[in-house]
Amino acid sequence: MDKRIASLRDAVAPIPDHATVMIGGFGGSGAPIELIHALIGRFLETGSPKALTVINNNAGNGHVGIAALIEQGMVKKMICSFPRSADPVVFTTKYLAGEIELELVPQGTLAERIRAGGAGIPAFYTPSSYGTDLAKGKPVAEFDGRSYVQERWLKADFALLKAELGDAVGNLTYRMAARNFAPLMAMAATETIVQVSRAVAPGEIEPESVVTPGIFVDRIVEVPAPQQEEALNRANAHYPELRA
Amino acid sequence: MTEKLSNAQIAWRAAQDIADGAYVNLGIGFPEMVAKFQPPGRQAVFHTENGVLGFGEAPAAGTEDWDLINAGKKAITLKPGASFFHHADSFAMVRGGHLDVAILGAYQVAETGDLANWSTGPKGVPAVGGAMDLVHGAKRVAVITDHVTKDGQPKLLERCTLPLTGVGCVTRVYSSLAVIDIEQGRFVLREKLAALSFETLQSLTGARLNLDGAPADLIVPEL
Repeated sequence: MDKRIASLRDAVAPIPDHATVMIGGFGGSGAPIELIHALIGRFLETGSPKALTVINNNAGNGHVGIAALIEQGMVKKMICSFPRSADPVVFTTKYLAGEIELELVPQGTLAERIRAGGAGIPAFYTPSSYGTDLAKGKPVAEFDGRSYVQERWLKADFALLKAELGDAVGNLTYRMAARNFAPLMAMAATETIVQVSRAVAPGEIEPESVVTPGIFVDRIVEVPAPQQEEALNRANAHYPELRA
Repeated sequence: MTEKLSNAQIAWRAAQDIADGAYVNLGIGFPEMVAKFQPPGRQAVFHTENGVLGFGEAPAAGTEDWDLINAGKKAITLKPGASFFHHADSFAMVRGGHLDVAILGAYQVAETGDLANWSTGPKGVPAVGGAMDLVHGAKRVAVITDHVTKDGQPKLLERCTLPLTGVGCVTRVYSSLAVIDIEQGRFVLREKLAALSFETLQSLTGARLNLDGAPADLIVPEL
């Protein structure tokens, strides 16, 4: 078994139009910038994939990563908790023009819906959002005298993630707070595609240290020294680059 | 114009009620300031929704690591004993009753303990983040806020008029004028600025202020 893929382009090749794609990251921390840009590169050459439903905590910042994906018109719908950022102009403009749908989900509910999707739990009850506009239309039940809202699992066709170490069988470790949603999304997607900062041989990650076991991972592509969304935005970067 | 506490002074007052070793989540923005004012000899353990427990102050400019940020997307540092975990574990800490205190900002707070702090209405792009989760599960949910809005309207009300973040969740309000507990659907005044009369404070509050003995003076240092 060897889950390594030689190029970013090949790694994202299976994603079709209308796919639901979970993308790891909280703001720029954990954002798989190179995988997203490879997807945009494919779209610019072939016109596909488009009409994607994207699941992430946010909805892009500046003009790179998810913001660039939205800016190209590839995203039909965002499912997220906080579609604001330091520079949210891309999502905001499309949303206010009615060109992109938004499903707003409380952050803990988003995480648990994804976890439930990966764990085979179709629905669960949470206190979050009870009595608020975001609970409208959802079943409510009382447990031990408190009211809870029923939420459903969230699954995806693909997950695009960033990890630190990855071995050929798909075991992953993450770097600091870049872990965030990635272990959950790896479980909840039919096909999980991961850019790792260093590909290692099986055995080089101590079994005790594995965060995401390889059973949840399908494709690994090595991207040494990955770009950081925050650093790109501070440099006012655009993807694709602006022509002078 | 009544004298009032600065944001830093409100944050200072809230910090005095956090015990040594408490697990604490501070909302993004103004509440983050509470961390600066821990009394000497006490160290709370700060939690951030994106999967870090035990973080410290911001790093020096130029030394940021953008894989190490808080829920406000600001760079942080780690204290000895810090840990990382994924988002589902992070919110298990929140909803599972493992945090001692959550301190949040507010647009409005009702005497019922209802909180509105995520949306000012249907205009623009809605964004909720972790606010609706944070109001559930922490043993104590406190609010720090100006007592009135920028145009002088009460923020402490009988019922919130803005979209709710949570129902019956807030137990204490640290405002720019007073410290007020929420007990059995009533505001109970605990402390107020000495120069402020009860009648004036009541006139700036959109619901009845109840007394449980004489309120103490709200005393904070110059900051």
